[in-house]
Amino acid sequence: MYVAVKGGEAAIAAAHTLLAKERRGDPAVPELTTDQIREQLALAVDRVMSEGSLYDRDLAPLAIKQARGDLIEAIFLVRAYRSTLPRFGYAQPIDTSAMSIRRRISATFKDLPGGQVLGPTFDYTHRLLDDSLNEVAAEPTAPARRPIADDANAPHVADLLGEQGLIEPNPQATDDAPVADLTRDPLAFPAERDLRLQSLARGDEGLLLALGYSTQRGYGRTHPFAGEIRMGSVEVHLAPEELGFEVPLGTIVVTECEMVNQFKGSAESPPQFTRGYGLTFGHSERKSMSMALVDRALRTRELGEEVVAPAQDEEFVLSHVDNVQATGFVEHLKLPHYVDFQAELQLVRQMRREWEEANRKEAAE
Amino acid sequence: MIAPADHPLLVAEGLTKHYGPHLGCADVSLEIHEGEVVAVVGESGSGKSTLLGLLSTQLLPNSGSIRYRMRDGEARDLFALGEAERRFLLRTDWGFVHQDARLGLRMGVSAGGNVGERLMAVGWRNYGRIRAEAESWLERVEIARDRIDDRPDTFSGGMRQRLQIAKNMVTRPRLIFMDEPTGGLDVSVQARLLDLIRGFVNDYGLAAVIVTHDLAVARLLSHRIVVMRHGRAIETGLTDQVLDDPREPYTQLLVASILQA
Amino acid sequence: MSDAASYNFAYLDEQTKRMIRRALLKAVAIPGYQVPFASREMPMPYGWGTGGVQVTASVLGADDTLKVIDQGSDDTTNAVSIRKFFERTAGIATTTHTSEATVIQTRHRIPEAPLGEGQILVYQVPIPEPLRFLEPRETETRRLHALEDYGLMHVKLYEDIARHGHIATTYAYPVKVDGRYIMDPSPTPKFDNPKMDMCPALQLFGAGREKRIYALPPYTKVVSLDFEDHPFEPTKFDRGCALCGSEGIYLDEVVTDDRGGRMFVCSDTDYCESRRAEATEGGHALHEVPR
Repeated sequence: MYVAVKGGEAAIAAAHTLLAKERRGDPAVPELTTDQIREQLALAVDRVMSEGSLYDRDLAPLAIKQARGDLIEAIFLVRAYRSTLPRFGYAQPIDTSAMSIRRRISATFKDLPGGQVLGPTFDYTHRLLDDSLNEVAAEPTAPARRPIADDANAPHVADLLGEQGLIEPNPQATDDAPVADLTRDPLAFPAERDLRLQSLARGDEGLLLALGYSTQRGYGRTHPFAGEIRMGSVEVHLAPEELGFEVPLGTIVVTECEMVNQFKGSAESPPQFTRGYGLTFGHSERKSMSMALVDRALRTRELGEEVVAPAQDEEFVLSHVDNVQATGFVEHLKLPHYVDFQAELQLVRQMRREWEEANRKEAAE
Repeated sequence: MIAPADHPLLVAEGLTKHYGPHLGCADVSLEIHEGEVVAVVGESGSGKSTLLGLLSTQLLPNSGSIRYRMRDGEARDLFALGEAERRFLLRTDWGFVHQDARLGLRMGVSAGGNVGERLMAVGWRNYGRIRAEAESWLERVEIARDRIDDRPDTFSGGMRQRLQIAKNMVTRPRLIFMDEPTGGLDVSVQARLLDLIRGFVNDYGLAAVIVTHDLAVARLLSHRIVVMRHGRAIETGLTDQVLDDPREPYTQLLVASILQA
Repeated sequence: MSDAASYNFAYLDEQTKRMIRRALLKAVAIPGYQVPFASREMPMPYGWGTGGVQVTASVLGADDTLKVIDQGSDDTTNAVSIRKFFERTAGIATTTHTSEATVIQTRHRIPEAPLGEGQILVYQVPIPEPLRFLEPRETETRRLHALEDYGLMHVKLYEDIARHGHIATTYAYPVKVDGRYIMDPSPTPKFDNPKMDMCPALQLFGAGREKRIYALPPYTKVVSLDFEDHPFEPTKFDRGCALCGSEGIYLDEVVTDDRGGRMFVCSDTDYCESRRAEATEGGHALHEVPR
């Protein structure tokens, strides 16, 4: 006799055990430590912190290990944990012009105050597989560091243009207009720039890369120049209401990109450069540059330009940029749909019957 | 031609629209009477499409007003209508025929569905009646009944325009806006469409505002004509008078250029 | 981090629950209206019931008894997983019996046994917007709801009839709530639509990824959209359950072999088991199972 399928509970438990075993891999190979991940897979850690929206150099490596290196799964783990954390307050805006710079380049000026600092970059490496990494190599030594005075002044490139009025000013924060937070309020359209930037900062690197790329290929051109990319550590301050003054919480590493984009001007504004902004936790130039391109593309409406391309369409971009949402919904197709499928099956059978009858009638006529 | 009724259906005063520093149209005033066809002519960029957009409330003016006499006889300020009232007006008492049929039709929906949409929007809930009404309107615009389940993307250009007209006429509007309705059609197809429109105007006492750059269309269809240039209405009058005896030098030039062609 | 002890009752913190309860109150006050809410990231993926889980977490009390079904069954993996989640984080009693449950979270079905006053049915909703596949823009669909501009919905039904001779929507069949809002009943089969009408239980709908909550208060009028001459017709099966013999219930088709063998059994497993238990107690023979 047929017995309805049971035992979901046992199957789930068994699947979890199997997963744990697979995660560990061959026990003859020493287990990876989260320290190793943090130190040696640092860019993966940075991505998980950025898109997981939580700056924690211990949790991100743990999530990566638990997710078996699946970064979107790791981001999901971090997000789910983050959503349970109590909200003490909101930090002061970080001051990236006071950054302790590890890398800083501008594609718009050959030399500028503070100089170009190449820093650790893949940019000029030849992409040749390095056999020697198969072995435990001797420790690489750091190059001699050009002394940079602690008070070295490295102003933002965009601000240099701003002094001459050639670029739009940065919007000023006001106390009576609190910054939006899409983890506390549902996303509503039209979304203003603060909300869009938050959404992009949490958004999927791959999608942002593709959208940013599409603007370069003509789907919503923005004529960008990489005004500046800077990476380094900044201090985070909190001003608790009961204290009435700021206290430093620590430092975080961020990558910031300011794109400088051509703008022909409108009735309200003279021709001038406009800005696209990108910021990520840790070191991620690809993401912060893509974000800056997409940020500028999404300002189409605000700047009175015509929305013609996907990257300029805020409903399209913001509704699909979150990879935790996207992966959940795509993968939910794995869940049973027996009931709906049964309904469709009945319908297709009925329609086939009707079709055959109609054909028979036609043949008889 | 029938003399226009005494009470104006629509009164526009001082309509002005800027697009940034550019002028769309300036200080245009216009009356439309029941059963009257008004042609708005001019070169491209003269502001005639802006005027149409303002009259049909799809654009908001920088200044000026439009009063419209609703079906209950009360004249209302159109820019003070709520969004729901405005939409209701647009899909019942008004029609809009676009030059590009794709803007006026749902290309993925059958001809019957296109014509039936307005009826369903105003609460018709009987499939058979909706379909019968759609069939009757398809017939009136000379589309064969057996095309009712075909989608407009299988229709010719002329058929699409006629379908647009049927889709608008099904709620018996009193005023219809047309933006270059014959644009891009062959001459013979144009003639058939113009005949059809003229028939509807006569049979249903329909008022219409037709934007066209084609003076022949204006002469054939309209009672009155508005000549636009640089965003202003430079000459207004009875169509025959204006075309036979233009006052403004620009209108003279416009008429002359047609005669030469 | 894995013990219930380190998390609040039913996982969510009280602030979040309060926010969700406010959204629920608004949803109950305006039946069928989609209330935006700040959906949280949950420890299960979006699209797997995060909306339903948040709603359940917000309405659960310590003395509630929870039932979780997916496709009508208490034993599908996702139902098991969600039930376990609440056993662990809320320590509440769970059941598979519809009549014993105070809160029932469901995906894709409404139980066959009639629900009563005091029960809450929580639906997991993937796409809350019934107009979404006719109009992809949220800004536009919200306007259409606000203006009660629903002609487009009937155009779709009209097209079905024109093409197939009947309405060809079998699940997520749109309904009009209390004469005002058009609502997506979630992807339940249209078979279940009539159960929503004037239901004595409170029905709550949670869409986590889309961040929307909506509700049907008890005894709300729910009408499936149709035409006068093509009235709504729930799916009918021309047979009964092969296990319990019940008729007029929703059936799952089970493929029994690779030679075209099929059998039809209750989709609602609790209903099926109860019928069979009654039959045994009553001394009736079990229904013959065709082989």
